[in-house]
Amino acid sequence: MAKVAVDVMLKPEILDPQGQAILRALPGLGFDQVTAVRQGKHFEVDIDAADAQAQVEKIAATLLANPVIEDFAVRFID
Amino acid sequence: MTARIGVITFPGSLDDRDALRAARLAGAEPVSLWHGDHDLRGVDAVVLPGGFSYGDYLRAGAIASFAPIMAEVVAAAGAGLPVLGICNGFQVLCEAGLLPGALIRNAGLHFVCRDQRLRVESADTAWTSEYAAGAEIVVPVKNGEGRYVADESTLDQLEATGRVAFRYVGGNPNGALRDIAGIRNEAGNVVGLMPHPEHAIDPLTGPSADGLGMFVSVLKSFAAA
Repeated sequence: MAKVAVDVMLKPEILDPQGQAILRALPGLGFDQVTAVRQGKHFEVDIDAADAQAQVEKIAATLLANPVIEDFAVRFID
Repeated sequence: MTARIGVITFPGSLDDRDALRAARLAGAEPVSLWHGDHDLRGVDAVVLPGGFSYGDYLRAGAIASFAPIMAEVVAAAGAGLPVLGICNGFQVLCEAGLLPGALIRNAGLHFVCRDQRLRVESADTAWTSEYAAGAEIVVPVKNGEGRYVADESTLDQLEATGRVAFRYVGGNPNGALRDIAGIRNEAGNVVGLMPHPEHAIDPLTGPSADGLGMFVSVLKSFAAA
């Protein structure tokens, strides 16, 4: 059994208003040196397959991320 | 024979009843379709209604785009069946690859609900032939993830080939690139837009009856065929 993480982020050129809202909240908490925040999604997929990497790459490209607006990265956790 | 307009209900669809009513008021026989079926029941046109299919989990429209009935919609759209996606339905059409681009969180982060002026940019589709090109209509807009985005080359291509169907005028409610409210495919049988024509079919319940023209348009396209 493999545990595979998929991180999905909006592409750099896509406006991320949620990240901007977080950024604007930080000075009020005393964090005034932060210059940017981008918000994304983190998935953990448990999979029992010899080709886990290939399958999760395909899952990410098909469903977890929309390649029109998002990039993704796949990595094994254990 | 009365033309039949099908409306797909997904888990979380909200505006399927209004779309069915709009079809009826336009003179069609409304037909309810179910997301879990591989069956379009022989309808002459399909509407994907607004709402929050699957709770908008993952991305708006993402999970619905893999519903069993979507395989039939994609195949039928390719064969020329008129397909209209409204709001969540537009998001589903983009996720399903029937229309380019994507809809993301509104630039202001707020859910926006108001009457919205639109300009009809493309009047030669199955769903817009009742309007004059350049006509302005008022229909409600109500969404939290309605900001149309696509890469620059896709936007340029949409503009150059006349595939922007509707544009916001009098204020862009969500930061949509180039004020795009709706787009069409090349053949003109598939149209998607964020605002809600099905809520503007009767002055008693909507800001105008401007939206009815979309449903009348598709009926006339059958008569002409």
